[in-house]
Amino acid sequence: MIGASLGAAAYERASEISAILAVANPVGDRRLARLSSRPDVVLALSGIGISFGGVKALSDVDLEVEVGEIRAVIGPNGAGKSSLINIISGLYHADRGRIAIGGQSFSRVPASRLARLGVARTFQNLALFGGLSVRNNIACGRVHTRRASFVEHIAGLPRARSEDAGIAEKTDQIVAFLHLESVADRLVATLPYGLQKRVELARALVAEPKLLLLDEPMAGMTATEKAEMAGFVRAARDRHGVTIILIEHDIGVVMGLSDRVAVLDYGRKIADGTPAEVRADPAVIRAYIGTAEGENGEDIR
Amino acid sequence: MAVQALDAARLPVDWAKLVQKLALATALFVVAYGVVPAYASGYLVEAILLPFLALSLAAVGLNLLTGYCGQLSLGSSAFMAVGAFGAYNFNLRVEGLPLAVTMILAGISAAGFGVVFGLPSLRLRGFYLAVSTLAAQFFVQWALTKFGWFSNDNPSGVISAPHLAVAGLSLDSATGRYLLSVTTVMVLTALVWRLVNSATGRNFIAVRDNETAARVIGVPVLRTKLLAFAISSFIIGIAGVLWAFTYLRTVEPAGFNLDRSFQILFIILIGGLASIRGAFLGAAFIVVLPLFLSRLGAFLFGGLFDSGVLDMSQRIVLGALIIIFLIAEPSGLSALFDRLKRRIGSRSS
Ligand SMILES: Nc1ncnc2c1ncn2[C@@H]1O[C@H](COP(=O)(O)OP(=O)(O)O)[C@@H](O)[C@H]1O
Ligand SMILES: [Mg+2]
Repeated sequence: MIGASLGAAAYERASEISAILAVANPVGDRRLARLSSRPDVVLALSGIGISFGGVKALSDVDLEVEVGEIRAVIGPNGAGKSSLINIISGLYHADRGRIAIGGQSFSRVPASRLARLGVARTFQNLALFGGLSVRNNIACGRVHTRRASFVEHIAGLPRARSEDAGIAEKTDQIVAFLHLESVADRLVATLPYGLQKRVELARALVAEPKLLLLDEPMAGMTATEKAEMAGFVRAARDRHGVTIILIEHDIGVVMGLSDRVAVLDYGRKIADGTPAEVRADPAVIRAYIGTAEGENGEDIR
Repeated sequence: MAVQALDAARLPVDWAKLVQKLALATALFVVAYGVVPAYASGYLVEAILLPFLALSLAAVGLNLLTGYCGQLSLGSSAFMAVGAFGAYNFNLRVEGLPLAVTMILAGISAAGFGVVFGLPSLRLRGFYLAVSTLAAQFFVQWALTKFGWFSNDNPSGVISAPHLAVAGLSLDSATGRYLLSVTTVMVLTALVWRLVNSATGRNFIAVRDNETAARVIGVPVLRTKLLAFAISSFIIGIAGVLWAFTYLRTVEPAGFNLDRSFQILFIILIGGLASIRGAFLGAAFIVVLPLFLSRLGAFLFGGLFDSGVLDMSQRIVLGALIIIFLIAEPSGLSALFDRLKRRIGSRSS
């Protein structure tokens, strides 16, 4: 076991070192340094680029997110929104650019330390643990705070028990906050799609993150469910003070909800500003009229 | 189905259920320590209960790794061999080592071995991982036959199991070996039950169900997989000790070939993945099936049904059953059992 944890630590260390050695970009770095030293900037991206084979999914994207705002990132399907979230959460490694999270700068975010960096996320396609109950799925969201070993768990020693109790209490609070009481003890895989999306939000919120990344939390929902989810997202910001990046491809959904909106199209940021500014932007209008789902914004996952 | 049971602990205390559980546990103890030692025939103990107990324990161990943590392994037999030969050598080379300590040391040897052969799981998945665990199988068979030291330089490589005694009390009789076996299995199963219902057990399930999501929320994925290999191999190693010491009464590499690994995998497939009860149901099935087939064959075909035909018919029936289970009831006998219980419950009420 000791060997195992050493191995894991070395692996993380190695990816951090390779992060430090990554391509230098003096101008972007200076901009990033300035931004990440500002206490009101939770996240700053600078010159992010990534390509898959021949496809440039993102090129030269900058983005700052300030404390307590709901920051929407919109764009048609394939614009690179999920890639952006995956880079911020360390699942993809950008070919270019740097990411500053709460004052720490990375070229590759270590995904296994993401929760401890204060970042939680949901996935565009559900990523729940189908074999666990709703409550246990949510409780897993606090796994990064656990210290007790498996021996302490088997023996039921005080530290394991107090961790369990603390996490159960937080889980109950989130279950109540998102109105999941009636399904809390059901296997998550047996819930309808809309509720599963809500459980994923709960699992992210229970971590009490500083920054919450939501990848199309309302996709595939009915209009009522969308309105409900929008209410929860706003309440999460208002009551828990969490900063939110909200990915959506439907421009309508985010207008009433977000403080600032960035628009991606073919991997480039074509606009950034308040909802009103963005809506009036000619480049945005062109991008949206040019795509099939610009009219009604409906998307089937 | 089996996983649903995990969450029972979170429900408010249900007194009727608690009483029912207590009654069940009491009945289990009375049967295990009273009825069986007093009334079971030597044949029942030697030919059915001893292999059933050892295989059940091995299946509990494999289910932890494959059923709960989602890591497919074909190395079970190798881990059993490491346990059995480990116990033999600890017993042989350390004067006066208590049996319990011998068994724990054997389990730890198997655990260390399991971690080493679990390392590929950090990169490989599913079928590819299963193939890489075959390496454990071949390596162990090779090492045990190549280095005579493991078998105390016995020319045939087949060594008889040592005397079994706890606190001066001999356990060499069939009943004694049964008591050793049933106690070991109950204690380890109870510990595994605590484990799978703990946060560690939920980490196993998280890694199995969605490794990416598990990593992002902070489950130490690499450590969790290796821990699953370690604990699983520990238990399978001790099952190997029981297999060799209480059932076969000999320790030999041939007792731990690839067939045994498949047998244990089939037990958890038939019994039900991620279910402790399934490991026992599956093991009972696998142990009783050949006896049942040979009786049936002798009844239908008389002398034509020799051991060769029996072996073949057993393989065919088993193969067909596994395919049927995988398609029609992936949650195995354990789920069938639940459904039956519910149907009886609804009829009586
Ligand atoms: N893992 C990947 N492998 C190959 N191509 C990818 C991968 N992820 C994204 N892409 C490609 O990158 C582009 C942007 O995808 P994505 O970020 O999912 O867009 P969005 O979320 O805005 O719909 C698409 O062309 C997509 O096919
Ligand atoms: Mg997407």
